[in-house]
Amino acid sequence: MATTHFLVHNNDDTVGVIVVEDVKAGDTLNGWMMETDGTVKLKALAAIPLGHKIALKPIKKGATVIKYGHDIGKAVADIARGGHAHTHNVKTKRW
Amino acid sequence: MARKSSKPTFMGYRRENGRVGIRNHVIILPLDDLSNAASEAVANNIKGTLAIPHPYGRLQFGADLELHFRTLIGTGCNPNVAAVIVIGIEPGWTGRVVDGIRKSGKPVEGFAIERNGDINTIAAASRKAKEFLQWASELERTPAQMKDLWISVKCGESDTTSGLASNPTVGNLIDKVDPLGATTCFGETSEITGAEQVCATRAKTKEASKKFLATWGAYNDMIMRHKTNDLSDSQPTKGNIEGGLTTIEEKAFGNLEKIGKKTRYVDVLQEGEIPAKGPGLYFMNTSSAAAECVTLQAAGGFVVHLFPTGQGNVIGNPIEPVIKLTANPRTARTMGEHIDLDVSAILRREMTLDQAGDALIDVMMRTCNGRLTCAEALGHREFVLTRLYPSA
Repeated sequence: MATTHFLVHNNDDTVGVIVVEDVKAGDTLNGWMMETDGTVKLKALAAIPLGHKIALKPIKKGATVIKYGHDIGKAVADIARGGHAHTHNVKTKRW
Repeated sequence: MARKSSKPTFMGYRRENGRVGIRNHVIILPLDDLSNAASEAVANNIKGTLAIPHPYGRLQFGADLELHFRTLIGTGCNPNVAAVIVIGIEPGWTGRVVDGIRKSGKPVEGFAIERNGDINTIAAASRKAKEFLQWASELERTPAQMKDLWISVKCGESDTTSGLASNPTVGNLIDKVDPLGATTCFGETSEITGAEQVCATRAKTKEASKKFLATWGAYNDMIMRHKTNDLSDSQPTKGNIEGGLTTIEEKAFGNLEKIGKKTRYVDVLQEGEIPAKGPGLYFMNTSSAAAECVTLQAAGGFVVHLFPTGQGNVIGNPIEPVIKLTANPRTARTMGEHIDLDVSAILRREMTLDQAGDALIDVMMRTCNGRLTCAEALGHREFVLTRLYPSA
């Protein structure tokens, strides 16, 4: 089986999780859609560390970020498809 | 090296009240901070006993004092404990802890330091501790079943691999042991923030669901009262953020993976409260800090703990063995001595969740039979009392 680089919990999710240690900008990544056991390909726009999230589609500033099929916070900057989604561009809606 | 034990039965210590333990500790339990030195001296005199020092027990009042007593009494009553020596600065509160533990039927005796001094107290308590230890050393393990087993779960230094694989592995175990009559417990009230409505739907009854939302709401109100920012320096922790978790909501949905897909919780417990509605899954109101939560779950009577970690929390508990699993391949590689089960193969699609759940049951049953966990071998005995507010 080809290396799986990122996993996606739910088909509705707008982010996936990088599960390997060496993703660099420009790499073409294999993703596993866990809900339906499908696969997807995506180009990384940045070096994204193990465990960090990659945007599966463009996410506009102010938009809700979806993971596990649920609202996990809001984008505070535009995030491009293949971009790194983390504390620099996503914030909690609580607290 | 690993021994297979797929049968859901184990050899445990059946206590006077019918509960079954997987360890046979004789503990020296201080009532208060002042009694730590004497307690540690007794444990030093009588090899094989275990002192459980802690920093509190003076001038507490109201609900905070009740929680102090409930935690100490629950710790003494835990079936992993064969017998207890309680040492306090004065006889009143010492006696209250002794009387509470005595209801479990196990041997317990209290010693007070005032009018005796440390040295006489240590001498008298050491004689009794020696008697208890030698008595306990002749207790034998007898056959026990899954319905005798009380299992608690809590994750720590989580990252996104926790929600992807190690927490769902625990959830898979919960779904498998629930029909066999196990009693199980999850907590971490603050860390369900964002997923609280989903968690409310996982209750078995409307009553339990309401009780959960009221408990979560009160905890969240407390956070809102005291917060000075969005908690992004505390929750998620620095380790969580390093591991890729961005918000409390994301952490909460990962956290909730630990209770499986099918299992419903039967009741909501106060901090350190012992379940009273029979077998099944319980939610306990706890902090999300690892040692505080596990200490409360042990006080609630749980005898084995499952602890998924992402970045590598190293916690143990003095009386409740803590089994650690991780799905983070870097943590498994760089902190292997802390990890009882590596499920990182799930992320490589080389292991299914069902296989991982079976592997965790195997490690858990071997631990119940006496296998020492990594945390036990490394001497992790974090005992951290939860405080509700300052002392008077």
